[in-house]
Amino acid sequence: MADTHEVKRRDFINVIIAALGTVMGLFIGIPAIGYLLSPATKIRREEAWIPLGPLEAYPLGIPTSFSYTRTNVNGWEKTVNSFGAYVWRYGAGDSELTVYSNMCTHLSCRVTWREDIDAYFCPCHDGRFSKEGEIVAGPPPEPLYEFETKMEEGILYIKHVDV
Amino acid sequence: MTTKVITWLDERLGLTTIFDTVLDRKVPKVNWWFTLGSASLFLFVLQGLTGLFLTIYYVPSPDKAYDSIQYIMTGVSYGWLIRGIHHWGASLMVIFVFVHMLRTFFMGAYKFPREITWVTGVVLLLATLGMGFTGYLLPWNQRAFWATTVGTEIAATAPIIGDFILRILRGGNDLSAVTLARFFSVHIWFLPVIMVALVSVHMYLVVKLGISSMPKEEEGTYPGEMD
Repeated sequence: MADTHEVKRRDFINVIIAALGTVMGLFIGIPAIGYLLSPATKIRREEAWIPLGPLEAYPLGIPTSFSYTRTNVNGWEKTVNSFGAYVWRYGAGDSELTVYSNMCTHLSCRVTWREDIDAYFCPCHDGRFSKEGEIVAGPPPEPLYEFETKMEEGILYIKHVDV
Repeated sequence: MTTKVITWLDERLGLTTIFDTVLDRKVPKVNWWFTLGSASLFLFVLQGLTGLFLTIYYVPSPDKAYDSIQYIMTGVSYGWLIRGIHHWGASLMVIFVFVHMLRTFFMGAYKFPREITWVTGVVLLLATLGMGFTGYLLPWNQRAFWATTVGTEIAATAPIIGDFILRILRGGNDLSAVTLARFFSVHIWFLPVIMVALVSVHMYLVVKLGISSMPKEEEGTYPGEMD
């Protein structure tokens, strides 16, 4: 073999088969991977101002919940997701308020305001947040998410951002 | 390095023996008609793989089947390609398996000792047609719906038990969600499992018995030459 340049018929066919097999494999394989990963490559990040109604609906000093839904199209159906917010008015003024998301920063369970323990409580892993949204106890890594707010013609709005 | 790895694996798995027995076996001098079995097997594997991928997005329910396929065709990257291959591969497979049967028949390759290879092959042909019949309903469009209406009505024309067969096929009197669910189940579970089992037997026999050689003309075998 070493002293001849001739390619054996058998070796030649093996190479051709391997090459054709690779081309065919890639022709199917690459689209197949794209097909599987396709939904993950579509990133959606929409923003929307959600009206929460007039300020009078929210009592002073007590975090009060508000819930809203957002609809998205996923594949062949519409998905309706529920979200919640807590409006906390620490003063009587129009800007003296904070609106927190009720989504726990640990693993996205929903927190509720508990007057008896004076904290937002997450039932999944006993996470607790103070009235100011700060971590008090449990595994949450970050304070509660604070919505951007605005007042327009007496109506309170929060800015929803998809995550 | 590669040689070392291959040797290590070969000592434990006997790869060379398998390769020599299955792929390097002796075959008589034959022609292109003898490649139809391999072609059928290739198409079966191709249908299996593309079908596997289609189940990622397809939903076998009357209110979602059509929408989920629309999503595959327009919303998923290369969905049109995967479904297209499955669609055309299905027709090709019926043709190849059928011509494979014809070749075996006309060359008399079904004779002793290959009767069981022939019988498993005939059942595989019927299973292939069954795959075509069940798969045709799954898009749940007008053509699928009416084709299955007609197909099951044809089964209903059988004497005495016709109506019973129709109700078995449809899962009731009407072509319904139950029909779609059972066609889907038969299409992706029952028939493929049966086919994998039969293909295994079929191929074991091909390797074990070897393939038959081409029929030859011999002197004095024609009726006119006998006397």
